[in-house]
Amino acid sequence: MDVLREIGNIGAGNAMTALSQMLNCKVDMRVPQVKLLGFSEVGALMGGEEQIMVGVFLAVEGDITGSMMFLVEQKSAKHLINKIMMGMASEGDEFNEMELSAMKEVGNIITGAYLNSLSMLTNLKIYPSPPELTVDMAGAILSVPAIEFGILGDNILLIQSQFFDETQIDGYFILIPDLDSYGKILSSLGMAV
Amino acid sequence: MSEIIKVGMADLKTCVSPDGITTLGLGSCVGIALRDPVTRVGGLAHIMLPDSTAIRNSQQNIAKFADTGIEELVRRMESLGARRSRIVAKIAGGATMFSFQGRPNTMQVGDRNVEATKQKLSQMGIPLLAEDTGANYGRTVVFYPENGDFYIKAVGKSETVI
Repeated sequence: MDVLREIGNIGAGNAMTALSQMLNCKVDMRVPQVKLLGFSEVGALMGGEEQIMVGVFLAVEGDITGSMMFLVEQKSAKHLINKIMMGMASEGDEFNEMELSAMKEVGNIITGAYLNSLSMLTNLKIYPSPPELTVDMAGAILSVPAIEFGILGDNILLIQSQFFDETQIDGYFILIPDLDSYGKILSSLGMAV
Repeated sequence: MSEIIKVGMADLKTCVSPDGITTLGLGSCVGIALRDPVTRVGGLAHIMLPDSTAIRNSQQNIAKFADTGIEELVRRMESLGARRSRIVAKIAGGATMFSFQGRPNTMQVGDRNVEATKQKLSQMGIPLLAEDTGANYGRTVVFYPENGDFYIKAVGKSETVI
């Protein structure tokens, strides 16, 4: 858990640096929380299973295989998009095509920075696929990583990172390595499997 | 006073009329609503994976799988007076939330969940009266054993009843 916390910390830190560069403003971050939660607790953490979230999902290939997800609440996503689009985002909580595309790019940069630091720490080659994006209920989006974790057990490992520009934004990272990739990550960090 | 019982992910519960039963934000998971129309005993399972026999240590949570989840729900309904020969089913969920979700070994897990659910129901002789499955969006469902109404809500869509 400590190793995973450290990876999460560094990964999320790099992701926020990348975001700060993209937004061209200062982004402050709290120490990320690494949480091992039961399936029903994850939705509650994000404000309920019906909370509308933006989910960015991508496959990971290379020395390790699996997938990765980044989730952010709808209003926070809108706020980020508005910043990137220099205040030109549409009114309301809905997203138009251009905004979805901008959000995909944010997701791409954030997850890319996260995976980059994992790759550097472990010395493993990690290639992310282009991201897929959906806007839906937290429970429905989380069913995707939950099912992957469900094959192994009854918990989901999630990294919660809170960051601030002028508003507070809660983002969630979920790394979903395939079964044999867990061992590779741990042993590359010098840990017994 | 009737209430609405909540079922979580990888969870199952029974429900007796006039109470209703709900599960929120079904994605690739499948919600299986069962009901005995005579005793009005019902139940809802929120399953995540198709097959308990494909997985080691699958005994930890039988509500997680289509096969063991349906069996357990029927067993609990029977202990409340439901009769297996009268039980009928409605199902929802099994979406593919992301289009490339299918890496080879997890190809369309939503579809596989729906398939496994139907297979188990038919093997147990439980008729499937209605379904709202597949597509690429999440669903919240509410089921009433009183009359068998199964309400389905999705983001940006009007509520339907099957």
